[in-house]
Parts: sequence; structure tokens; C-alpha cells
Amino acid sequence: MSGTAPPEPKISVRNLNFHYGKFHALKNISLDVAEREVTAFIGPSGCGKSTLLRVFNRMYALYPNQVATGEVLLDQQNILDRRQDLHHLRSRVGMVFQKPTPFPMSIYDNIAFGVRLHERLKKGAMDDRIEAALRQAALWDEVKDKLKQSGMSLSGGQQQRLCIARAIAVRPDVLLLDEPASALDPISTLKIEELIYELRQNYTIVIVTHNMQQAARVSDYTAFMYLGELVEFGDTNSIFTNPSQRQTEDYITGRYG
Amino acid sequence: MEKPPSPPRLTRLWDPLFKGTTAALAYMVLILLVAVCLALLHQGALAFRTFGWHFLVSKAWDPANNHFGALIPIYGTLVSSLIAIVIAVPVSLGIALFITELAPRWLRQPVSAAIELLAAIPSIIFGMWGLFTFAPWFSGYEPWISDHLGSIPGVGALFRGPPFGIGMLTAGIILAIMIIPFIASIMREVFLLTPPLLKESAYGVGATTWEVLRNVVLPYTRTAVAGGIFLGLGRALGETMAVTFVIGNAHSISASLLNPGYSIAAALANEFTEAFSPLYKSSLIALGFILFIITFIILVLAKLLLLRLERAQGEST
Repeated sequence: MSGTAPPEPKISVRNLNFHYGKFHALKNISLDVAEREVTAFIGPSGCGKSTLLRVFNRMYALYPNQVATGEVLLDQQNILDRRQDLHHLRSRVGMVFQKPTPFPMSIYDNIAFGVRLHERLKKGAMDDRIEAALRQAALWDEVKDKLKQSGMSLSGGQQQRLCIARAIAVRPDVLLLDEPASALDPISTLKIEELIYELRQNYTIVIVTHNMQQAARVSDYTAFMYLGELVEFGDTNSIFTNPSQRQTEDYITGRYG
Repeated sequence: MEKPPSPPRLTRLWDPLFKGTTAALAYMVLILLVAVCLALLHQGALAFRTFGWHFLVSKAWDPANNHFGALIPIYGTLVSSLIAIVIAVPVSLGIALFITELAPRWLRQPVSAAIELLAAIPSIIFGMWGLFTFAPWFSGYEPWISDHLGSIPGVGALFRGPPFGIGMLTAGIILAIMIIPFIASIMREVFLLTPPLLKESAYGVGATTWEVLRNVVLPYTRTAVAGGIFLGLGRALGETMAVTFVIGNAHSISASLLNPGYSIAAALANEFTEAFSPLYKSSLIALGFILFIITFIILVLAKLLLLRLERAQGEST
């Protein structure tokens, strides 16, 4: 494994192994995720990049036969500890999925939902929080006059930005983006990428993408994974211009994957 | 390049023939439905002509004087079914949520299978069990119900009455047991239709299982859940044997649910053999027509509500 250790790791993964039942999906992964930077996970389908992402908020814990061993330190605390409060963890580590997933409720309530789970805000404070989240997600101008409408009435790209606003409103430190643009058209994709660029000032972002140009455009660090192993990890520039591993080079030049 | 002329094939005739046959079979169902409805209407016409709309609101049921009204059985049908729904909905909801979201994996299949087996018990068995086992046992608790719930102002009148064991409340409870499997398995199916990603998103902002169910799964599936409830209601309305055994078969309307009552289906089952006068028979058939219409409306409503989720499902995938 090569690459410089990023300064100030927000998340440190140490000897992480992951099993789906008997299938060994992640093999001895160790890497650091830098604070307030964008880290991208790339690799062919089934390489374990989404699995790794889903360890960071312990989403896998919903499913009984999925097991992670090793250490994942978030601000020096091991989140794999069985005493870890998952609801608290997920208020610190937000997630956006492959497809937009607005809840069956109004735009306003879609965002207020997460906030209400963790804080009691007065009406005015809640309004402010929602406006701030929508502004950060670059959606405010498009929806400010229809906050009462169903979140499902928005276009796909708008829905995905709503989901980002929903994640932001809870005030997490880390944002996990699991192929956030894979279901969107090119223009919506561009907007999401611009948004990621803005958001890195305030959040530690980890993005999984199958789109290598996207990884090159939005990320500061890139990890290339293959068959459950971390092949190469380093700053995005050197990974894409001067990869040290043959496998990485083959993948980014499109020879497989 | 020119295609060689295809040889004349007999099989080419098969397609239209096949299509015609299957279409005829399918249309037969529709025709049957309409035919049954018309036959009921035709044979019940004598009663409707004789009593007019009074037939619907009259409490009379006097075979000796040839005077008939449908109010008591209609009331009994609706009230016993309503009791059944009030009891069955929360229970089914709990069962379905437990199976889909909370139960450990190894328990899901056995519990689902047990519920489906409950649906396989013939209704006459429920009737006998209700009459010989449940009603005597329940009559031991009716004085308690009468003493305690009966003193609540407002709804108390519903629970004041004699401890017969059989009656409206017993019929409702037996009906509830009978429709729980249907409602629970429909709810289970629609809960499984909730996209996993949607649930994960709710967990992803830190929601607990209860919060995900309450705020995401239930709102997402609410129309289909309502459809399932109506389907159960439709079954409860038309249920004959079990109700006949335990409702008490008394031609009376009483505020008390502990008192015996009557339902349309029970009236039909009990009285056909003794309906000698044309007007008596016609009145019974007219009752059947009313039941047909009520059930038909409820089931159509159920289907429409269930379709809405499937359509939403189709759009999102």
C-alpha cells in the first residue's frame, strides 16, 4: 500500500474485516479519512467500496448476518464497539444513497424529520435550520415557495439535493455519499458535484462512485479497491496520473471493471 | 435478398383461436357477476315492490303477517363486522410489523405460516368453537364487562347486558379472529414493498425502528394498508356460518353489544328452509342483494386502494 497518510484523520480504519455470512467482503482494510476533505472509493462492482462506506455509520447492523471486525475510529473512538449508540452515531455520520429517497411527507417535514429525532427546536429555530440546510444543498430557491408540497413531487435531481439537505440538517461531521449521482442526468450530476465541492469546507465527505471522472473531479483522496482489498490509496492527483500499482492503472485506463 | 415464401401453416389459426377462448373464459366471470346480481334483484323485486324503501329501514320481521324489513340484519351485519375490524386491525398491524421488521429471521417463516394456517380453518369450525368453547368461557367474563365498562358514561350502554355468552360482541370477536390472517398477511406483503433504501435513509438520520415504522413505512403503505382492512371487512360482512352460531339469531336491535342480534348472512342461512310464502322468500333474497351490494362496494374500494401502492411502486422502479 502506498500513499501519504492524510493530515488529521477524522476516521481511521484499522484492520477492518467484513463478512456477509460466509463471504469475506473486506479484507484487512486500513486507511485514514482526512477531516474536511473529500475521499473517494473507486473500484469495479463488488469490490467492497459500498460495504466499506456502510461500516462508517454501521448501516450494516440492520442485517443480522453482516459482521465487521477490526477498528473504525471516529475522532479516536471505536464505532464498532458494541456499546456505540447507533442513533447518536448516525446523527454524526449522515448518508445519501444511490437513488433519491424522499420520505412520504412534505419537503419541510422531510428535513425536520431527522432534526426532530435528536433535538427539540422551537418553530422559528426549526424554520431557520431547514432554510439553512436547503441553502447549503443549493435547493432553497427552487423550493422555498412550496415547502408544504410532498418531497416526492420534486424532480430526481432536486430529490437528491433534498436528501443531502436532510442529512446536513442533523449537523453531522461526516457525510457518506453512496453513488449519489448514479440515478441522475448529467446536469443534475454536475449540480451534485458542485455541491460536494462546496460542502467539503464544512464536512468530511466520503463518496463511493463507479464514475472515475467524477472521483477525479470531486475528491482530494482516492482509494482504489479490488475484490475486497484496498489496492492503492493516496491523493487523487497521483492516483490518477501516476498510480503505483498495475491494477490501479489498468482500472483507471479502462482495461477492466 | 428475397425471403422464401413461408409455407401455409395451420398453426397460424391457433393464435386467434387461443385468444378468443381465453377471452371468453375471462368475460364469463364478468357475465356471472352481472347475472348473479340481476338474478338477486329479479327475485328480490317482489319484496322491494311491496315495501319500497321502507324495507331498508323497517325493523319488522313477521312471517306470520307477511311483513318484512331489513334493518335488524343490516345493523347486525355492520356492527358485528365493525367490532371485528376494531379488534383485528391493531392486532394484525402488530403481527405484520413484528414479522417484517422485528422478528429474528428464523422466527419469521413459522409465524407467517401459522397465520396462513389460521386462514385455512373452515368457518364452521370457528362457529362451533365459538359456540361450545369460547361463548361459555366468555360468558364468565361478561358480568365483569357489564359491571366495569358498563358504568363508563357514554359508551357504557354498549357493554351493559346479560351474560349469555353469545351475542354481537362474541360474533365480532370470532369474526376478528377469522379476518386477522387476511389483514395481517396483506399488511405483511405491503410492508415488504417499502423500498429498503427508504428505510435505510430513515435509519441513516438516526431513527429508531419504531420511528421508521411510524413515519416512513406506515405513511408509504397507508393506502394499501387501508385496502387490506377493507378486504378484511368485506370478508367479515359476508361471513355466514361462524356468525350464525354465535350471534344469537334474535330479531332485535339493542344498544348493548352483549345482547344477541342477527346478521344478513345468518338470517339467510337460518330461514330459507322455512320461507314458504313468495314474499318471505323474496324478502330473504332482497336481503342477499343488499349484502351483495355492500360487500361489492367494500371490495372494490379495497382493490382500488391496493392498486395505488402497486402503481406507486411501478413508478419508482
